[in-house]
Amino acid sequence: MTNFSLFFLYLENINNSIEFHKDEIEKLDQNIGDGDHIFNIQRGLKESLSLREELKNNQLNEILKKVGIKIMTTVGGSSGALFSTLLINMAKAYNNELSDQKNIALMFDCGVEAMKKRGGADLGEKTMLDVLIPVSKKLNELADKKDSKEIASEIMKAAEIGMLSTKDLIATKGRASFLGERSIGHIDPGARSSQIAIEAICNVVLNKLRRKQ
Amino acid sequence: MKKFVNNVDNILVESLSGFENAHNDILKVHLNPNFITRKSKPQNSKVALISGGGSGHEPLHGGFVGFGMLDAACPGQVFSAPTPDQMEAAAKHVHSNKGILFIVKNYSGDIMNFEMGAEMLDFENQTIIVNDDVAVEDSTFTTGRRGVAGTMIVEKTVGSLAETGASLEECKKFGDHVNTMTGSMGVAFTSCTVPAAGKPTFDLSNDEMEFGVGIHGEPGRKREKIRSADEIASGLISVILEDLKPENEQEVLLHINGFGGTPLMELYLLFESSKKILDKKNIKLSRSLVGNYTTSLEMAGGSITITKLDQEIINHWDSPIHTAALRWKM
Repeated sequence: MTNFSLFFLYLENINNSIEFHKDEIEKLDQNIGDGDHIFNIQRGLKESLSLREELKNNQLNEILKKVGIKIMTTVGGSSGALFSTLLINMAKAYNNELSDQKNIALMFDCGVEAMKKRGGADLGEKTMLDVLIPVSKKLNELADKKDSKEIASEIMKAAEIGMLSTKDLIATKGRASFLGERSIGHIDPGARSSQIAIEAICNVVLNKLRRKQ
Repeated sequence: MKKFVNNVDNILVESLSGFENAHNDILKVHLNPNFITRKSKPQNSKVALISGGGSGHEPLHGGFVGFGMLDAACPGQVFSAPTPDQMEAAAKHVHSNKGILFIVKNYSGDIMNFEMGAEMLDFENQTIIVNDDVAVEDSTFTTGRRGVAGTMIVEKTVGSLAETGASLEECKKFGDHVNTMTGSMGVAFTSCTVPAAGKPTFDLSNDEMEFGVGIHGEPGRKREKIRSADEIASGLISVILEDLKPENEQEVLLHINGFGGTPLMELYLLFESSKKILDKKNIKLSRSLVGNYTTSLEMAGGSITITKLDQEIINHWDSPIHTAALRWKM
């Protein structure tokens, strides 16, 4: 399968999974944010999927860059800035002399580092980074493994542990931080949507597609 | 949900078009990317002031574009920060070789998107971050205090200074100064409904209020039983004054801001409650403004903003202004 068709398969599965969990994400955001997160994520996915024809025959780095710019110019809010930073910086780090696994691990690491810088946040602050940083670490640890299904299962686990860890954290970044200690006991909506996205990608690798509702 | 809507996806564009047509003597709305500018460029070269943020706070910021205040405003989706290409396009449109001054409310999304917009520019620019909301504790380890109704006061006074031909450095310094002289805090009686969500952002019982609420309906300091206007005013003002630490007989500007769902009659009542408290504390009320300027869709409730005045702030507050939402002396 080409990078192009694989990328859009990921995107479609993410879109279907987010749609399936839409009410849950919105509820999480209303608990500790202001309820705009799910709409921003869904707008971003819709706009990204609309690039399918335009991006045919493009290399992975070109696809990531163009989708990143699309998200940057259509989503807004924190998620627009952060996810576009992730994708654009992943594209910049692309190195096709590396094995696929190593290339992905390197790109993801660079993307996540850029996100940390953009948001001024790090592990343990009750944000999407509590999912993305452990996933990046795991990708690098597993970059020598050959079995893509084994990698996908491990990544899925890391994402879920990271997402669940946000429940007991006190938010220090983003709108949830205005709640202070009242943010404890709620899973971070950005962490949940990121984990759903990672899970959806892994599920494509594991041949478990979520059908459109 | 009962709102004036044709199609939820078109709310922003339809509203912006109406805004342009209602004020076509002074404003122009540009679409894709969306930004609002003055109808005609200022005659003399000046620092260009650009603000923006999520929609749903009208008249902030588009209603403050015009002579004596902003050069451009970038409206995002409802309660979501605008995108960097909006700031880039607005900056390219309004700059006149004296630099760009961005005025940004302190929210993560706004900060990041304005930062990305600024990185796309190849001319001089600076940013004032407004964080007047004393309900949130400030700390270098957190997102810190939010930018709320005091933003309008920063935009008015810096806007006036910019019209005099002041430099980018001077405008930035003065804006930071007005920001530190300003404190705000609000209380919500009801939630608001983001049109795309179709249901209220939070639940508040009939006899409860959210004390220290943000302008997106995000929670504040605590939820408590509703009290009298005098008691609410006293609660809000004591937190603001704790922060501003005014001198005896300090001159202040008192701004009572409605969140969108509270009648002016009540806002004037809150003004009266606030004035009595300031009088008792020997604080000299010298300028005032009452109305819905920094709203939160149809949320009921309001906020109190106090700015400590010096002669420079007074001069720039009093100077002529002609925008859709504020107009005096011209």
